[in-house]
Amino acid sequence: MRFQLIGVNHKSAPLELRERLAIPESRLPDTCRDLTAYPGIEEGMVISTCNRVEIVAHTTNGHADLRGFLHDHFHLTAAELDAHLYEFREKDAVRHLFRVASSLDSMVVGEAQILGQVKEAYATARAVGAVRGQLDQLFSRAFAVAKRVRSETAVGSSSVSIASVAVELAKKIFGTLEGKTVFIVGAGKMSELAARHLMAHGCASIFVANRTYDRAIGLAQKFNGQAIKFEDLYNTCDRADIVITSTGAPHAIFRREHGEQFLSRRKNRPMFFIDIAVPRDVSPEMGKLDGIFTYDIDDLQQAVSSHVADRRKEAELAEAIITSEVERFEARLHTLDVVPTIVSLQDHLETIRQAEIDRVRGRMGHLTPEQEMAVEALTRGIINKVMHTPITTLKTAAKESEATTVVDVVRRLFNLHDKEATPPEKKSEVETRQ
Amino acid sequence: MSLLWLRFALGCYFIGLVYAFVALTRTSDLFSRIALHAASLGMVFHFVSLTELFLSGHVVWASVHNGESLLAFLSMSFFMLIYAIYQTTSPGVVVFPVVFFLTFVAALDEQPVLLTQFVSHKGWLAAHIFLIFIGYAALLVSFGASLLYLLQERRLKAKKSTSLISFLPALEVIDQIGYRSLLLGFPFMTLGLLTGSVVAISAYGHLDFLDPKILLSVLMWVVYMVMVFTRWNSGWRGRRAAFLATFAFVAALAAWAANYFSAIHRFAAS
Repeated sequence: MRFQLIGVNHKSAPLELRERLAIPESRLPDTCRDLTAYPGIEEGMVISTCNRVEIVAHTTNGHADLRGFLHDHFHLTAAELDAHLYEFREKDAVRHLFRVASSLDSMVVGEAQILGQVKEAYATARAVGAVRGQLDQLFSRAFAVAKRVRSETAVGSSSVSIASVAVELAKKIFGTLEGKTVFIVGAGKMSELAARHLMAHGCASIFVANRTYDRAIGLAQKFNGQAIKFEDLYNTCDRADIVITSTGAPHAIFRREHGEQFLSRRKNRPMFFIDIAVPRDVSPEMGKLDGIFTYDIDDLQQAVSSHVADRRKEAELAEAIITSEVERFEARLHTLDVVPTIVSLQDHLETIRQAEIDRVRGRMGHLTPEQEMAVEALTRGIINKVMHTPITTLKTAAKESEATTVVDVVRRLFNLHDKEATPPEKKSEVETRQ
Repeated sequence: MSLLWLRFALGCYFIGLVYAFVALTRTSDLFSRIALHAASLGMVFHFVSLTELFLSGHVVWASVHNGESLLAFLSMSFFMLIYAIYQTTSPGVVVFPVVFFLTFVAALDEQPVLLTQFVSHKGWLAAHIFLIFIGYAALLVSFGASLLYLLQERRLKAKKSTSLISFLPALEVIDQIGYRSLLLGFPFMTLGLLTGSVVAISAYGHLDFLDPKILLSVLMWVVYMVMVFTRWNSGWRGRRAAFLATFAFVAALAAWAANYFSAIHRFAAS
């Protein structure tokens, strides 16, 4: 395992630097080609998003100068760049990549976009041949891990801004927002944002009421909605399923009697009040009515923070998954590492067997087919018996850290060193074949 | 043999029962899938059991155990229908325990307990049982939905729904499940009671309205009608609807229990 990873992300580097490092999509293939042409790098790819630029490579000796590549490629000096870089090798590189793909390293943990971006980067690099055997395995595994994290934890299941929490709550009440009506009472930035979110999730129509009628008209036009005179508020409000209220009124403008009135006109269909005004626009008494659901700014804030806390909890679960996946990946790679040795050991003994049979054939004279078969079976049986222990030992060792030592010993014992040692390119072929 | 299949079904429903208890405390997508598959498998066994019973020629729907088995099967079918439409297993919280209980009782004993008196109109009797059971199953689901509605309403009002995913569907979806089952069940229940009256009149020549079975059945039907009416007229839901649904459910249970002390609808060991 000779993976290396180097890069910057939103935590390690300021935006200005990330901007200078960002690679436009059109130039990605060239960058990948440059990367693989760089000394010591066998395979490589580049992930470039607005929050991160990372280079993942499989190198010949595990110590390729990726920093040097970045300096050369982006014409940056070590002083400008190095303080912001992080670099991982082998297991740590694998872990980092798994975390990135699973959106645990994202600015908004759990956001789904990053996986798509990594997949695109992978496809681009693969298309130009920069990703082959080793990285291919690494990334396929990373995608599987991301999928596992997504399905086994709730890390990506909900969003964390006030507007999106409002949408989510509305969905818990109404199921789909398709065809629902929104009423904005008191035009303001925040209510506008919430309304925009709700409309984006399918709400069909919108009413706006404001003390200053002109502002109501202005906002209504933005949403293709209808402006309502403030005096008509109580007569029209029951037509809305979701009310976003943020007036500067000193007292509650929605009181219990209004709620009762709305409900009876709506045949008790539920209503959702998002009260982002301080002081509150909806009296707590009204919120107690069956069928009226009120969330004030504190409730929303609390929902947001509880989601953040939940995510943290889920993220821990996700980290555990990643740790176990890194172990598994490592174990698999090790198993692959011993395969070429096993193959050459088998080849080696088979050659000896053939040579010996050929040598004694002259002395044995003519053999019947049965005798021929008996000789075959006998010799094969012997070498299989001989090979059994070394192969088992190799396979067991593959799972432990001593793999390289055992491989070495076996190669030396059977003299596999010089003639059979597989050069790196061929080795990867063998692995793919396996 | 039929009983053996029923016991297999019972085993599967047991997983559903466990789900019903677990789902209230924590949400697990995996477990709800397991419960769903177990329930489907249980239904297959259950169906085999019922079919075998039917083919054996000894079908006695008017026996308590076979009746319970049939009712459990119909309730499960209802649950599956809801799953097909709304993709939610949450009504299982109420349906699974009831189905498990019914199947358990039905699987206890081979000896069918029969209606005592001789009934000449076999077809009418079968129609009565089928119709009324569909009504019961719908009522059960509707009752379950109204409890879930209350639960979800409380969670939303408490504003402390900390878990990211809730096993409960949206409030309006639960409401729709409840209302639709109510609407669907009502005609079946009505027709079931009518056919029952026909059977009773043909057997006794008149209807004894003071008999507890008939009295409770009529009471249950009236509550059922009030539920449909208040819902349709003024959109009663939430607490009031749950109260009515509970009342109707209790009335239905009482009507069922009345079998044991009704003069005309009595079961006895065969």
